[in-house]
Amino acid sequence: MSGFAKPWLWAWIAAGAAFAATLGLTAGRGAGELAYAAMSFGAFAAIVGMGQMLVITLGPGNVDLSIPACMTLAGTLALKVMGSDPGTAWLGLAVALATGLGVGLANFALIWLLRLPPIIATLAASLIYQSLAIWSNRGLRIKPPEGLADFATGRMLGVPNVAWVALLLALATWVMLERSVWGRWLLASGQNLRAARLAGVPVQAVRAATYVAVAVFAALAGYLLASFSGGAALNMGAEYLLMSIAVVVIGGSSIAGGNSNVPGVLGAALFMFLVVSMLNSYGAGAGVKSVLTGAIIIAIVIAASARRSRP
Amino acid sequence: MNHDDNAPVVALTRAARHFGPVKALDGVSLSVAPGDCLGLVGHNGAGKSTLVNLINGTFGPSAGEVTFPGGAEGVRSVFQELSLCPNLTVAENLRIAHPNLKGFGWRRAARAEIRESLDRVFPGHGIDPDAEVDSLSIAQRQMVEIAIGFAPRGGRARLVILDEPTSSLDAGIAEQLLSHVTGFCAAGGAVIFISHMLGEVFAVASRIVVLKDGRVVADRPADDFTRSGLVDAMGHVATEAVAQQAARSEPGAVVIHTPNGLEARQGEVVGLSGLAGHGQAAELARLYFSQTSDWRAGRAAQAVFVAGDRPRDGVLPLWSILRNISISVLPRDAKRGLVDRAAESRLAQEWKARIGIRTDDLDNPILSLSGGNQQKVLFARALASDAAVVVMDDPMRGVDVGTKQDVYAMIRAEAAKGRTFLWYSTETEEVCQCDRVFVFRNGAISAELTGAEITEERILEASFEMQEAS
Repeated sequence: MSGFAKPWLWAWIAAGAAFAATLGLTAGRGAGELAYAAMSFGAFAAIVGMGQMLVITLGPGNVDLSIPACMTLAGTLALKVMGSDPGTAWLGLAVALATGLGVGLANFALIWLLRLPPIIATLAASLIYQSLAIWSNRGLRIKPPEGLADFATGRMLGVPNVAWVALLLALATWVMLERSVWGRWLLASGQNLRAARLAGVPVQAVRAATYVAVAVFAALAGYLLASFSGGAALNMGAEYLLMSIAVVVIGGSSIAGGNSNVPGVLGAALFMFLVVSMLNSYGAGAGVKSVLTGAIIIAIVIAASARRSRP
Repeated sequence: MNHDDNAPVVALTRAARHFGPVKALDGVSLSVAPGDCLGLVGHNGAGKSTLVNLINGTFGPSAGEVTFPGGAEGVRSVFQELSLCPNLTVAENLRIAHPNLKGFGWRRAARAEIRESLDRVFPGHGIDPDAEVDSLSIAQRQMVEIAIGFAPRGGRARLVILDEPTSSLDAGIAEQLLSHVTGFCAAGGAVIFISHMLGEVFAVASRIVVLKDGRVVADRPADDFTRSGLVDAMGHVATEAVAQQAARSEPGAVVIHTPNGLEARQGEVVGLSGLAGHGQAAELARLYFSQTSDWRAGRAAQAVFVAGDRPRDGVLPLWSILRNISISVLPRDAKRGLVDRAAESRLAQEWKARIGIRTDDLDNPILSLSGGNQQKVLFARALASDAAVVVMDDPMRGVDVGTKQDVYAMIRAEAAKGRTFLWYSTETEEVCQCDRVFVFRNGAISAELTGAEITEERILEASFEMQEAS
């Protein structure tokens, strides 16, 4: 297990390289701004990525494709309840998290009761969540309460507040995975569900909790993103579908389950933003940018899996 | 017996294989000639599987050499860990071992070849060449694997290595295999027969080689060994009588009663017997699932399970030995939901010593252990818990004689403390250690035996009754 025991290192090296390549063009000017922007935007990818990581850890076939819809629904409902009124930030947070809880339970109910493959269950359910968001939003663009907007775009000790939130969440996730009984249960279930069950792990409770956790993470990201960008939009979650899966894989977690990696997700989230800004600063057009981003992700996934399959 | 004029099929000269600091094989010289049936015995981790891997070329020797005077064609291995592809049919699995089978109609040829080989080794086997392997019982899979080993596959089998071939076969099927091996060697084939069932080794082997700590400690004709002499050579004092001598506690209240009629009392060791694949394993799994929950795990589990089919039911392959031992007791030792890592490491060290897991470092991956040692880890996992009921699904597959005796004694001691054991085994010898035995036939209980009624004859009688009547 040693030797390449730190797969998260690669994500951070890649992020560093993209950072350096961007600054190479400007001869080092704007380093602080670039780092700040990467931390702001990376925070949202990191939060949903950690949720997706927990689900992917459950083993082959487990993935949550309802993350974008859940973000949109949570952001929309929270902003609607708050209605731009001051002092309602906590109420909005509670609504967002409750939305996440509901979405997670609904997803797992489909998977467990109807025995649908998670990929189908979450994708189909996401159409419903998205429709609910459209129905409740009706084209309104409600601004977040001023205090909340200030928090979401503000900073502390030079680091964006949203990055602090992501960092705290990462710490909690790491402790849960590496030190708690639940974490051991999750990792055991992801390696061999039947063996875990026969070793006394309450596997259905572990799966349920994981699907709820990913939805709550997505809801939190939706709430913060809506507050950060001055209101909820119906397509606000769209880019986080591929993003959430890409940061897990680039971060060094095993796509086959049973193995996860919190620091890697953080590094990969920074990398995903930096690679786009690198291409931007080199003046790549929208089409070229998409092609190159896709190619870079594929290259990294291939490199990562080649590294792992070495004996 | 005189094959001196024949060139050996394989010859090892001071062959050694090291894995880091571990000397799995430490200078072994050995040759196998046509017509030889070599019995290879030794403890778990003595180097038997490493020797096999050297001969079949999985890896090369670190020192010394392995030569095949007549070429390496026709050298076959049948592995201890079943190695068939579960999603393919029996015939398709033959094709994997026989790459020259190609072109139109290869399926027909493959079907015919595997059927013929199965018929030859296991007459009346009842296995359909078109059945997918994962629909077969573990015994049937082992039969298929053996049949593939002996199949011609475009040439001729000259040396077949059988690594624990009978570990999931019942007595009747094992007998068929042994007589086939005898015939195969008489016709000039060579076999290396690895088994912890010393009776089988004596039944087929013309020569016995004893491995201990990676070295050959004895290499003599089988007739020169006695059973106890062989056990002594392996380096473990025979303690066969201990298990029987241990005081059998008075059974207490009934703790388990299933709709099928299976009953177990507190402090009792209950055996499940009968021919392999007659519903014993399914009954045990049902029983275990009914005693535990998918949704809750209290601080102390009501029941624990010892798997026999390690890759499917037991081992958590990405983890260390330590984590594999502790998984079932985590809630008991946890503080506020966090794993007590000091207690975990103490527990693992204690069990490493008690059950003799051969490793330098419990943080090594579980898959670095030999099969028998992985099985010890699964025993440690179950016995370390406080569960009142221990369910064991043919748990001694690939475990050496010495460890078996230790585990029998441990089971007796734990039963005396009031734990209940449910023990399915394909070995009649193990079933005879039980206080009460249920014999299964076609998924139902055909006999319940207690005390002096538990004999090999009575068990066999109850296993076969229907077939005789019809």
